[in-house]
Amino acid sequence: MSPSVRLQEMIRVIRGARTQGEERGVIQRECAAIRAQFRQADNGTRSHNLAKLLYVHMLGYPAHFGQMECVRLIASPRYNEKRVGYLGAMMLLDEKQDASLLITNSIKNDLSHSSQYVQSLALCTLGCMGSAEMCRDLAPEIDRLLRASNSYIKKKAALCAVHIVRKVPELGELFTPASRSLLSEKNHGVLHGAVVLITELCERNPETLEQFRKAVPELVQIMKGLVMSGYSPEHNVAGISDPFLQVRILRLLRILGRNNETASDAVNDLLAQVATNTDSSKTAGSAVLYETVLTVMDIKSESGLRVLAVNILGRFLLNNDRNIRYISMTSLQKIVQTDHNAVQRHRGTIVDCLKDQDASVKRRALELSLALVSAVNIRSLMKELLLFLSSCPPELRAHTTSGIFNAAERYAPSQRWHIDTILHVLTTAGGDVRDETVPNLIQLITTATELHCYTVHKLYRALIADISVQSLVQVACWCIGEYGDLLLRGECEETEPVQVAEDDVLDALETVLQSHMSSPATRGFALTATMKLSTRITHNVDRIRSIVSIYGSCIDVELQQRAVEYNALFKKYDHMRYPALSTTALGPVSSTAGGDLLDLLGGLDVTPGETRSLPPSVIVYEKNGVTLKLQTDRQTDTGMTITLTATNSTDREITSLTLQAAVPKSVQLQMKAPSGDVIPAHGLGQVTQTVLLNNPNKVSLKMRVRVCYTSQDFVCQDTVQIDSFPSPAW
Amino acid sequence: MMHFLLLFSRQGKLRLQKWFTPIPEREKKKIVRDMTTMVLGRKPRSCNFLHWKDLKIVYKKYASLYFCCGLDAEENELLALEVLHRYVELLDKYFGNVCELDIIFNFEKAYFILDEFLLGGEVQETSKQVVSRSIEASDMLQEVSERPCSR
Repeated sequence: MSPSVRLQEMIRVIRGARTQGEERGVIQRECAAIRAQFRQADNGTRSHNLAKLLYVHMLGYPAHFGQMECVRLIASPRYNEKRVGYLGAMMLLDEKQDASLLITNSIKNDLSHSSQYVQSLALCTLGCMGSAEMCRDLAPEIDRLLRASNSYIKKKAALCAVHIVRKVPELGELFTPASRSLLSEKNHGVLHGAVVLITELCERNPETLEQFRKAVPELVQIMKGLVMSGYSPEHNVAGISDPFLQVRILRLLRILGRNNETASDAVNDLLAQVATNTDSSKTAGSAVLYETVLTVMDIKSESGLRVLAVNILGRFLLNNDRNIRYISMTSLQKIVQTDHNAVQRHRGTIVDCLKDQDASVKRRALELSLALVSAVNIRSLMKELLLFLSSCPPELRAHTTSGIFNAAERYAPSQRWHIDTILHVLTTAGGDVRDETVPNLIQLITTATELHCYTVHKLYRALIADISVQSLVQVACWCIGEYGDLLLRGECEETEPVQVAEDDVLDALETVLQSHMSSPATRGFALTATMKLSTRITHNVDRIRSIVSIYGSCIDVELQQRAVEYNALFKKYDHMRYPALSTTALGPVSSTAGGDLLDLLGGLDVTPGETRSLPPSVIVYEKNGVTLKLQTDRQTDTGMTITLTATNSTDREITSLTLQAAVPKSVQLQMKAPSGDVIPAHGLGQVTQTVLLNNPNKVSLKMRVRVCYTSQDFVCQDTVQIDSFPSPAW
Repeated sequence: MMHFLLLFSRQGKLRLQKWFTPIPEREKKKIVRDMTTMVLGRKPRSCNFLHWKDLKIVYKKYASLYFCCGLDAEENELLALEVLHRYVELLDKYFGNVCELDIIFNFEKAYFILDEFLLGGEVQETSKQVVSRSIEASDMLQEVSERPCSR
């Protein structure tokens, strides 16, 4: 029986095992037999036993006891044993195994073997798993083979040299002379190896790169020969003559032409020729065109050539092959900043790719579309993006909304368009927008004074249609609270007005308050809006009063607190209600007794806030005769400087005064040293402290301040929340 | 350069693994697991390119076998598809209408063919005929050396 059948027999038996356990049993038996065979003297079956072991190894079982057998077989004079031995070495030995060093001598001998197939085994193994030490040892041998051998060996020696240079970069110098002369070879295998080797050398050594720039004309000739030659059966792939070699030459030309005018000039014509003569109907041609495009974009090409390259990418976008569309988009993404206008010409095709089936293509199309937004195309492009949003895959929604908002902020042609766009996004994908959307939109609406009527009508309509999207409901509630009077007036220039009665509006707000879909923050908005309406409506104040008092015993602490304060506004401070709730009044001020530092920091992001301009200095805390005032000294759009001033109207001085502050996540806070910690009695003195706020992300500014002091032997501690800051003193 | 080439079946069984960089055994197993999971999990009409760590992954399904390779980020993915295709053509020429079973029962031949086509993670020969002829000659040499009289 021929030994090879025994290998196949073993494979058959292993595959026949019905369970993992059975397989393990078979393999254990076989391995034991193999181990026994290894220990015996040479009996002609060594190579087959090793082959069996290699199969077992591929199944995932340990095979380290075969390492020494590999070493032995490699040293055998017989080709069949060497062949399997070298294969085993590549599979079982890597440079980390000590045994790998033992084969260095065999490799050295085999590199000079009389049979080129033995030489080939040695070269292949060295090029696959040669360690740095082995490479240093054998590099001179490889260099010799590069110069004087047949093309079969030369091509392998070239790639072996590539491996050596990767392992021991200094040895690059050794191979440079030989690699230069290899460029005059006609054999494609050798030429390919030479180009790969030269590429590696140039990438690692700038001096070598400089040297090889002189070879550019030669490379151009070779390339021209490939492109313009007729059909060559030996190297033809789908009408392209040796695409593998063409691509490697193009890559080398890219490296040589980068940042160098002369070299780039020399290849301009060639690149144009390749671009126009290469048939891209199959992958081989597209691969060459792709490499050409990459080269054109990376070297100093003429602008005409760059446009040609971008047009190739544009053509790729229309290709049926999904891979080619994907490649095109990744390339366009890389150049959209530098060659913006050229890419803009293909905007239509890119936008069409938003409808592609493939998720990766969609994602790329989105990135590109967002990069292409400009003041000129914002209206039409936004239509496409909003259409995309309505059907885009869930994992892309957050990114899309974010991109749409950025684009709208930068290029909105009008405030009304801006508001409409944001509302559209909220209606379509309100659950996937970032947190700052609500305060940002509120800010935008506030500044668009002529559109208040329009906006409140739109938002009211949206609210009665659907209350599930929290961000939209929050903005709608706020808007109704602020501009409810405009809504009730029943007239609007910009849009069809609704005929709405006070009860209808209160119904809508109460639905939000009561719905299980509404988050606590949303309820807060609805409650505040209801309260604000008490100053804007005439007939239903009692209804509002009753809603508010109900929530005074709500389980949700935030809501309860608000309701209690609003109740207080009704009862004790009714004279303040109008000033407090009219559109230019103070924001709500709350205080909580006690609490940890965690309380101080927590909750700042959750509670919605508003930033409006107010009278210069405002009292933020007033208790036990201690008054804390806040004044804005300076305000820019990324920060502000405020001063806190504490005074004392009691008849004993206040001591150990400390102020601590906390701000939202992205805001930076710096508290300067206070002027002191003792506040004289009878208002005869004060303590001031300056606070610097840096708000690079321009989020809505809020602050919590904790006031601690000792008054008449009692230690007091309170926290105040500041939602709005007064406008600067000058 | 190519960092690795894997062949695996629809059930995730490994049929060939070629590694062009030194990697510990445990990590090789992890990479194989990652590749099989990623590639087998792809939807039918997706494109053939993936990203994994800092490598580009190019894969193609031929009958019941997935051919999957990991490349440096600057490699040309479309050309990699051609490389995989060329290897399949070489196997097909050698075995005559190659199927998965051929590669299972003659795995060492599949490696020998690969070693005539790629070296150190790069293409060593761009002509199909030259590769086929080299394999034939090597096989002949092997046959001769196996005969008892050649001892």
